Amino acid sequence: MKDNHQLKTNKLTGQLLSAPYLLWAVIFILVPLGMVFYYGLTDKTGAFTVDNVVAIMSAEHAKALWLSIGLSLVSTLICFLLAYPLAMILANMNVNQHSFVVLIFILPMWMNFLLRTLAWQTLLEKTGVINNILQFFHLPALNIINTPAAIILGMVYNFLPFMVLPIYNSLVKIDPNVVNAARDLGANGIQTFFKIIFPLTIPGVISGITMVFVPALTTFVISKLLGGSKILLIGNVIEEEFTQAGNWHLGSGLSIVLMIFIIFNMIISAIFDKNGEGSML
Amino acid sequence: MGQHTTEFLTPRVFCSHEDTTTKKIDMIHTPEVTAMKKELINLIDISKSFDGESVLDELNLSIHENEFLTLLGPSGCGKTTTLRILGGFVTPDKGRVVFDGQDITSLPPNKRQLNTVFQKYALFTHMNIAENIAFGLKIKNKPQSYINDKIRYALKLVNLEGYERRMPDSLSGGQQQRIAIARAIVNEPKVLLLDEPLGALDLKLRQDMQYELIRLKNELGITFIYVTHDQEEALTMSDTIVVMNQGYIQQIGTPETIYNEPENAFVADFIGDSNIIDSVMIEDKLVSVLGARFACVDTGFGNNKPVDVVIRPEDVELVKPEEGTIQGVVSHLIFKGVHYEMEVMANGFEWLVHSTQMFPVGTKVGIRVNPFNIQIMNKPESEDEEAAAIEG
Repeated sequence: MKDNHQLKTNKLTGQLLSAPYLLWAVIFILVPLGMVFYYGLTDKTGAFTVDNVVAIMSAEHAKALWLSIGLSLVSTLICFLLAYPLAMILANMNVNQHSFVVLIFILPMWMNFLLRTLAWQTLLEKTGVINNILQFFHLPALNIINTPAAIILGMVYNFLPFMVLPIYNSLVKIDPNVVNAARDLGANGIQTFFKIIFPLTIPGVISGITMVFVPALTTFVISKLLGGSKILLIGNVIEEEFTQAGNWHLGSGLSIVLMIFIIFNMIISAIFDKNGEGSML
Repeated sequence: MGQHTTEFLTPRVFCSHEDTTTKKIDMIHTPEVTAMKKELINLIDISKSFDGESVLDELNLSIHENEFLTLLGPSGCGKTTTLRILGGFVTPDKGRVVFDGQDITSLPPNKRQLNTVFQKYALFTHMNIAENIAFGLKIKNKPQSYINDKIRYALKLVNLEGYERRMPDSLSGGQQQRIAIARAIVNEPKVLLLDEPLGALDLKLRQDMQYELIRLKNELGITFIYVTHDQEEALTMSDTIVVMNQGYIQQIGTPETIYNEPENAFVADFIGDSNIIDSVMIEDKLVSVLGARFACVDTGFGNNKPVDVVIRPEDVELVKPEEGTIQGVVSHLIFKGVHYEMEVMANGFEWLVHSTQMFPVGTKVGIRVNPFNIQIMNKPESEDEEAAAIEG
């Protein structure tokens, strides 16, 4: 009887302790989400409509969406190609070395995201730092500012750590003897990598892909600062609906479309990453 | 396909069943037979250090064909490093590894004709059991029908038939260990290296697996090199035990030799319980232990020479005080199941005694030892050697 009482008290304490989090979740996650759905599925008179969602089909919006998806995919691919070897190098280092390298790697993340992107803008400008240096050596100027290439560069630079860390995480989890066993059974280095190491890090890779692809798909800051006003991504379109056109209904409707894409992406990664092994951030 | 099937049903694998098995078990532990066998592996002057710390120092070891050889020692004695050098995962700083007459010192693991069963199994968790076992054969591009036959044969050998489609995670520790063995032996290695394979299993399972391993070794007719820190495991399974400490080989011999005639205090202490007593060899066949004269069978130690005497606890006979060579009082008594473990304080030394007869604490007893059961050992010569022998 006493035990039972104790149990109830514990449960109550637990609920009380989780209250701030629940409150947070309701106010800052559920309420805004509800508002997005409300605005997205109504018109200015408050009547139900799917026009705002269907608006994605218009030539201008569809173009922005496809461009976003295209650039995000390219960025994710580049991130993956850069991150995997880097993660392998990190995983093979001894503890002293690797904490230093990880620090160097994480250091830029301590700086504001906006600041870092602005820095790239300054570097890449027609008369920016990089072109000044190139000019000094009489080399041809680099003209990528305000092009998709600059946006991809910005995405890769900003999101690369999110690809490296989950892959690194799944690499260090591999028992060195599993790799030794593959070698022992006759596999050479390349066979060991493709048959053992890579398959064992797929959860990390999927996790990394999600963590790069989703923010890349929704970003509007990178495209605004490095892409100029000429290149509109879906993130920019939505932002403009809210800030300049003042059409919250259309902005929310397009957000819902984007959300569907992200949820789709999440479902795919959940299928591959059943054990949640790759998730770490 | 037919060709391959015959190849894998070679007599080497199957004919050593039943009748020959018993014969082979008889052969085990007979030093003469081991000596006659061909040397398969020679480790010559192997030295290895990690971060400036010497792990192996000028190690020399010959391993014979069809031998069950155990590297036994406490952690850090160099036994695992020796195994890794054999497997090709560690390159020695100095010395050579000769396998079947060929120098394989710098050969990578995938080019060596031996396979390893790793500690904690090291199965490929993203593959099912059949894929795990097939791994080595697929790498070697064996035909699928041959691979399928081999998988079935290997699973039968380790008593896990029908487990092909299971995933490693769904198996118990003992089962995973068997799969690890199956995965290694389908490649028909000449030598199987086993790195503390039973370390993670519970006692009962460990004992079962010991019999299993002896059976496997006899059925396969290949050399097993086994690493363990468990002396009981070593005594149960081995043809030859190599006792190691601090990078040096302390003694090589059959389980009986190692147990009954340890060459130094370290071996005596590490293998089973023992009473190791500072003594003086008075003359041939007579030793003074704690001031009392004991008859023994050893000769050639010289006169009045300090020696170490080893007496196993089960060899200490407790008798009536007046019948004993020395007298003492029982100070501790524990029931151990098969026997009683007692400590007897006699002439300033606490004697460890195992006996089926019980003497209550406080009983005055006499101690007697059969001359054959007194093992005389030279004292370590230098302090260094002493440190190497005692520490660990």
